[in-house]
Order: sequence, then structure tokens, then C-alpha cells
Amino acid sequence: QKVSVEVLDHLEHLALVDFRDSEGVERLQKAIQFADQLHEVNTDGVEPMDSVLEDRWCLYLRDDDVTEGNCTKDLMENAREKVEEYFVAPPGNIPLPKLEEQDTFLQGS
Amino acid sequence: ALKDGLLSQVSAALKEGRVAPTELCHRCLALIKSTKFLNAYITVAEEIALKQAEESEERYKRGQPLGILDGIPIAVKDNFNTAGIETTCASNMLKGYISPYNATVVQKLLDQGAVLLGKTNLDEFAMGSGSTDGVFGPVRNPWSYSKQYKEKSVPKSHCEDEESNWVITGGSSGGSAAAVSSFTCFAALGSDTGGSTRNPAAHCGVVGLKPTYGLISRHGLIPLVNSMDVPGILTRCVDDAAVLLGSLAGHDPKDSTTVQDDFKPFELPNLTDVSKLSIGIPEEYHAPGLSSEILALWSKAADLFKNAGAKVVEVSLPHTRYSIVCYHVLCTAEVASNMARFDGLEYGHRSDKKESTESMYAATRREGFNDVVRGRILSGNYFLLKQNYEKYFVKAQKVRRLITNDFVKVFRSGVDILLTPTTLSDAAPYTEFIQEDNRTRSAQDDILTQAANMAGLPAINVPTALSERGLPVGLQFIGRSFQEKQLLTVAKWFEKQVQFPMIQLEEIKRHDSGVFQHQKSASFS
Repeated sequence: QKVSVEVLDHLEHLALVDFRDSEGVERLQKAIQFADQLHEVNTDGVEPMDSVLEDRWCLYLRDDDVTEGNCTKDLMENAREKVEEYFVAPPGNIPLPKLEEQDTFLQGS
Repeated sequence: ALKDGLLSQVSAALKEGRVAPTELCHRCLALIKSTKFLNAYITVAEEIALKQAEESEERYKRGQPLGILDGIPIAVKDNFNTAGIETTCASNMLKGYISPYNATVVQKLLDQGAVLLGKTNLDEFAMGSGSTDGVFGPVRNPWSYSKQYKEKSVPKSHCEDEESNWVITGGSSGGSAAAVSSFTCFAALGSDTGGSTRNPAAHCGVVGLKPTYGLISRHGLIPLVNSMDVPGILTRCVDDAAVLLGSLAGHDPKDSTTVQDDFKPFELPNLTDVSKLSIGIPEEYHAPGLSSEILALWSKAADLFKNAGAKVVEVSLPHTRYSIVCYHVLCTAEVASNMARFDGLEYGHRSDKKESTESMYAATRREGFNDVVRGRILSGNYFLLKQNYEKYFVKAQKVRRLITNDFVKVFRSGVDILLTPTTLSDAAPYTEFIQEDNRTRSAQDDILTQAANMAGLPAINVPTALSERGLPVGLQFIGRSFQEKQLLTVAKWFEKQVQFPMIQLEEIKRHDSGVFQHQKSASFS
């Protein structure tokens, strides 16, 4: 079954990446089809695996000592828009237009 | 006592003053320039490298070299952060990005006096199996220009030259593999998530080691799949891979996925008696599309072990064929998460759009990422949607356990090492390779290498013989977790048996090859 426009729209908003054109949507359809092969495998009673190191205790708490820092200047070097020690972003909480309203989606398909 | 391996020979030459670090550095830099057409390097850090070489020379003069790697020219894949040097991941998203820090593995190399020549080319964000999909263009396999390949290729017309005939390096660490293969450096770092170190190693005729997950720090390696990525090691012989491994392995407090066990660097013994070894041949690795040439070579290798007294058994890893599908879901899901950091605010490309944060992020990502990356982000987000999470992501995690268990069972049954092909065929011509899209190619090419990443196991490509087209073919050994010493010992034995021929490149003849050891020309095929 094909992916609905609602889901495509939702994905673009979540990913903040657009499909650009019908080829992008095709690519997703093929990816889903490919992934569906997973359902051939019987996984009854099988626990999901997060990490191959699950039997080893890798994570530990260290002492709350300050061992590094004072690198604000270095870190700000790579930002394009900044004011003093702030990264500057355009205004937030303005949602992207819906797919139907955009002039990029599914043009020339 | 004189140790084996190219690195130890060069190191001895440096100690004895037969060659100076600056001389080595100059030679490599000159070779990089004369092999520029390979497009193996994105950034050549000429001034920094020469300065490091000078410092190394001072240490040798004082009789205080830092170790075997002091003064040795090394290249690093351009997805490792290198302080003061551009790190691009072959993407517009990071063009111009100068890292403020060194990846742990880079720092370790520098701390031992290695000379960092530059950053090597790759598929954008390490997504691909050809090293053809980066913004700086594709990497060319040095073997395209070898006497061995030219002799075997039949020109379609006398006007046609090597321009249209060149073959790919494989990927995604193609630049690193090409750099080592063409003698521009003595070793290189790659990364391996689905085979990205072993695949180009096989196509370029070099040793490619994927260490056990958790052995080498990923801090500073720009992540693709956090649960599978490892730094990879590319060298000209197995002994050298052991040296690099010794310098890089060990717990890193900055990487919470490294194990805390003490790692002891080792030298590889010269194995003479293989009668106690049990080699497993997994039947599922006789995959559809495997060339008859490689099949024959694989069989011959199995016989080699058998005739030398080892126990060679056919084994089964029943879930092998689901490895690629499983990878597809887990990889895209982790990519969706990992790529979220690229929004233009703190580093990297930033779009000029100012209307809103969201529109700026969206435009930045549209402008910065290629189709392959964007496609994976979108797929990954699909599999992570609430309505799909159990069906795809968790399901894939379950299948991952089944794949891992397959290996556990086989190793528990007494098998020490698995022997498989690394690739389905020798390197394809570029014009042929690009006729299929990235995802199709990756799915095809990763089939033999991916499962080792799924299970976190160490694996190594050993160059074995030349194909009928005069191109390298390698075979893969897969070992038990954290048993790199055993894996490399067997790989070294095999390497000695097959005597893989040295590449005959015209460019190299012009530069004195006195420091480069010639290998016997008798070959395995």
C-alpha cells in the first residue's frame, strides 16, 4: 500500500528534509518494500538487541570533577551567526507550510 | 631482532638514520601530487605534515623516538575530526568546517609521532560502497593504472584510453584504501559500519581490518550508526595492522561504548602449525552474484588450510540473508537520529533563509545533504514513527539478535575463525557502477561484510590474488569478539601463503622504491 500524503507531510516535518520530487517518494516506497522482508523472520520470544556489548558493563559514573572546558571561543569559531556568546537563530514556533501549500512538492512529477 | 612487517622495517631505517622523517614526508607528498588523478585526498595538510616530520627528525637525532610510528606518514578518512584541519565528510554540509579537536584515534597517532599527511575521500557521510558519492567526486582505484590491469584490458578502439576504463575503489573508505595502495602513505584510518573498510581494501589489494566493536574509541568519528561504527585500519600487510591496532585500541573515557578491559598490544607470532585450528566455511556466504572466480579462490583457500592440517568445516549462519534488510532499517533509523545535529546553527553549512528556525533548518539540510543522505534520513524517520516502531525498528533489533546468535553458536561449536569472500566480484568500472543507485549497490556489495558489524565481530580482508582482469581479490576472516590476536595470526599465515603481488604502477617507478619492500611475484591464482 502507498504511503499517504499525511504521512509524507509528517515525515518532512519530523526530518526537516524534503522529498523534493516523486523520485524521493519512490525511494521511500522501495525502502519500505525492502524492509518488509523482515517480517518473514520468526522472532517469537526473541528480545530486541540494543548493543552487542550488552553483557559487558561499559557505562559507569565518574567523579563530578571538572576536567575540561573554557573552550567557548573555539566552539564559536564554526558558527556563522552569533552575537557575543550566543548562537543566533531565526524566530521559532513558526510551523512549515503543509505539503499542499508548498511549491516544491511533486512538481513536474 | 628484526620484526616482520613494513612499518617495523621503515621504523628501523628511521632509527638507523638510513632515511629521515622529512625525506619520507617529502616523498609521500610528491607522490600524492603525482597521483592527484586518483582523487584519494580531499585535504593535503602539507605544512602541518612537514612540521610534524621535522619534530620527529629532532626526536630521532636525540635518540628519543616516541615509538614505531614516529615519523610514519599516515592518512585519515575525512569523517574523523582533526584539529585545525578541515573535516568535510565529503559533504556540502561540512565544507569549510575546521574541527576544534582531534578524534581520539587521531590524537593517539599524533601522540606517537605519526605524520598526518591529509584527509581522504569517501562517499558522503560514509554512505555508499563505491566512494563515488561524495561532493569532491569519485576516487579512482590505483589498480586502474597498473601494468597488471592494463595488460588484461582490451581497448574497444585505439582511441579509447584509460579515462573511461578506470575502476572504483569500493567504499566508503575508498580514499584511504587508494592512498595506502598507491604508496602515498604507510597506513590509513577508515571507518567500517557495513564493510566500509574491508570492501575497498579488497578492491585495492590492501589489508583492511575491522576491529571488534568497543575496542577502539569512536570519539571524534562523525557517527553513522552508533551501534555498529568502528574505526578501520588499512595497511599493506597484516603485521602493520597489528601495529596500528596496538596504538589505537583501549578504553576511552570519552567513548562510553568502549570496553574497560585492559588491552595489551601484541606482536604476531609466525604460525607454522595450523593443525589445531578449526576454520569454518559458512554456506550462506555462497551468495547469489558471487563470481565464479572468487568462488574458486575461496575454495582454494579452504583447501590450503586443509592441506596444511587445519580442520575445515562447513557451517551455517542461517540468518545471513536478512542481515542486509536488518541493516537497512537499523542504519536508516540511527542515521535519522545522527543527522539531526546538522541544522546550521553551531557549525557547518547554514542556509540564508531567515523566516523561521524550521525553514532555515529545512533549507540548510536540503542544501547540505545529497540525495543518498536525505533518502536515508526520510526512511529512518518512517521506521521510527510510532505506528511503525515495533513493526520495523524493534523487529530489526530482534533479527539482529538472531544474526548475532548464529555466530555465537558456530564459535561455540569449536570453530576458531570463519573464512569467507569479502566482495562478490573484483572492482567494477566506474561507468558500470553508477548505472545502479546507491541503495541498490550498497545492498549488493555489503552482503558479505555487513553481518560482522551486526554482531560486532572483528574481521579482516587479506589480499589474495589477482582476477582475470588483473584486479585484486581479497578474502575475509571473521574472528571471535576481542580475539584480534588469533584473527591476525591466522590472517598473517594466510598472507604468507598467497604472496599477493605488488602493484606495478608507473608513478612509483619514477620515485625510488628503496624503502618499499618488494614481494615475491609468485602468486596464488
